[in-house]
Amino acid sequence: MSLEVEDVTKIARLARLEIKSGDVEHYASELSGILDFVDRLNAADTSAVTPMAHPLEQVQRLREDEVTETNQRELFQSIAPEVEDGLYLVPKVIE
Amino acid sequence: MEWEVVIGLEIHAQLATKSKIFSGASTAYGAAPNRQACAVDLGLPGVLPVLNKEAVRMAVKFGLAIDAEIAPRSVFARKNYFYPDLPKGYQISQFELPVVGIGHIDIEVDGKVKRIGVTRAHLEEDAGKSLHEDFHGQTGVDLNRAGTPLLEIVSEPDLRSAKEAVAYMKKLHELVRYIDICDGNMAEGSFRCDANVSVRPKGQEEYGTRAEVKNLNSFRFIEKAINHEVERQIDLIETGGKVVQETRLYDANKDETRSMRSKEEANDYRYFPDPDLLPLEVDEALKAAIRKTLPELPDEKRQRFIDEYNLSAYDAAILTATKELAGFYEQVVKASGADPKLCSNWVTGEFSGALNKAGIELSDSPINAEQFSGLIKRISDETVSGKIAKQVFELLWEEGGDADSIIEAKGLKQITDSGAIEAIIDQIIADNQGQVEQYRGGKTKLMGFFVGQVMKQTQGKANPGEVNKLLKPKLDG
Repeated sequence: MSLEVEDVTKIARLARLEIKSGDVEHYASELSGILDFVDRLNAADTSAVTPMAHPLEQVQRLREDEVTETNQRELFQSIAPEVEDGLYLVPKVIE
Repeated sequence: MEWEVVIGLEIHAQLATKSKIFSGASTAYGAAPNRQACAVDLGLPGVLPVLNKEAVRMAVKFGLAIDAEIAPRSVFARKNYFYPDLPKGYQISQFELPVVGIGHIDIEVDGKVKRIGVTRAHLEEDAGKSLHEDFHGQTGVDLNRAGTPLLEIVSEPDLRSAKEAVAYMKKLHELVRYIDICDGNMAEGSFRCDANVSVRPKGQEEYGTRAEVKNLNSFRFIEKAINHEVERQIDLIETGGKVVQETRLYDANKDETRSMRSKEEANDYRYFPDPDLLPLEVDEALKAAIRKTLPELPDEKRQRFIDEYNLSAYDAAILTATKELAGFYEQVVKASGADPKLCSNWVTGEFSGALNKAGIELSDSPINAEQFSGLIKRISDETVSGKIAKQVFELLWEEGGDADSIIEAKGLKQITDSGAIEAIIDQIIADNQGQVEQYRGGKTKLMGFFVGQVMKQTQGKANPGEVNKLLKPKLDG
């Protein structure tokens, strides 16, 4: 399977990655190479195998529904670039 | 051309847990910004999500209540997108393997029952809130809501009108409150809905292109927003245009939907299983244990009220609208020992009316079931007439106490002593000879005048049945 230049540009945009236009071809070919490995894995007959959701053969442990966290806002916000009235401030986003 | 409307709803019900779905932070509503957002909710490096047992139980409970398949094994996935109120850059949700599979719910519209399919219901975390006003051109982010457990309930595209959509949503709203998994507070966003709306020519098999209408947080808005969107799509097609698949936001102030273009590009969420979470297993023993906690469901309760108390479908529906009102009613029936129909009339009439007028919930009622039963008893044994009972009710509501003391203290006891009533009637007949002549001359409508006089003399306390029985022969002479 091969990825086109447009695929790479799209994936990069969705992942918010900045890629230099000169590098796109290179990434396309490298990523295509990885997908070729996946194709080889896909060639194996797995019809009798239950798909795995996690490499560990274990099930999720559950916690009791109890409030165990206390307010640490000041500590967390001490590393935030900008805060006001208890809110984290970010560049304007509007729908 | 005749068009058919096709609607599917995605309902988000906030699960009423004490702590968040993957962290031990509180979910209480209304805290000061970011005081309930812990390191896990903020997505700080090195934290791990740990699943809340109660959220799982509630999801399963819902599944059992709609007769759905419960997945023995379900998987959490990452839904990837960037937005400031989603600090991790992904929302933990369920994708391929949701905890609740296919189920159904029956709705009733215009007297007809229709079964609506529920495709699935899955667990996920809520995002935070962005506030766009007043921050010097910046956006403020409050992450208290981030990580609040949600159950997303997805319907089949089985709904054929805005009315059906509202009926379905109301039915679910009632159900989640009955089974105590969601407080249903729509104003606080605990129960909200997105609608997938499309139209197709009547008779056509395949669905038309759908638009998703977001931000529907009241029953009234849903109906208006869907009707508006249907009209927009039909107009568009009939004038040669094409519906595009997109997300539209309902603006209640303008009563219109508008495109959210920014969401379109983001519609590629690249789901994959979350490596931080192991598969969730729900075995038969857990399912059985949860099934035991299911209360009588609304439809069952309604039918029982009709059968057991001999109520009309209409009365039964009003009384079972909430579990609390139904419980109140049954307590009154039991404690008063009165005719269930009489109890129903007073609970749905005077009592519910007073709650509505005061704008309060049943839990805040100044009158409890015991006090109310005290009054019903006295109506039932004819100590007071219906009219006087209303006065007693008002006094109970305003001043508290119990019906018997009020009746005693205010001297409101009905006069059933026929001797006493007879004496009053004789006096009135003697005082109103003119009207008696007219009555005997054929103006029988004057009966009402005499009854009124007796009631006036007795301040409404005379037993009306007794008055009529005694009055008529005397007037007829």
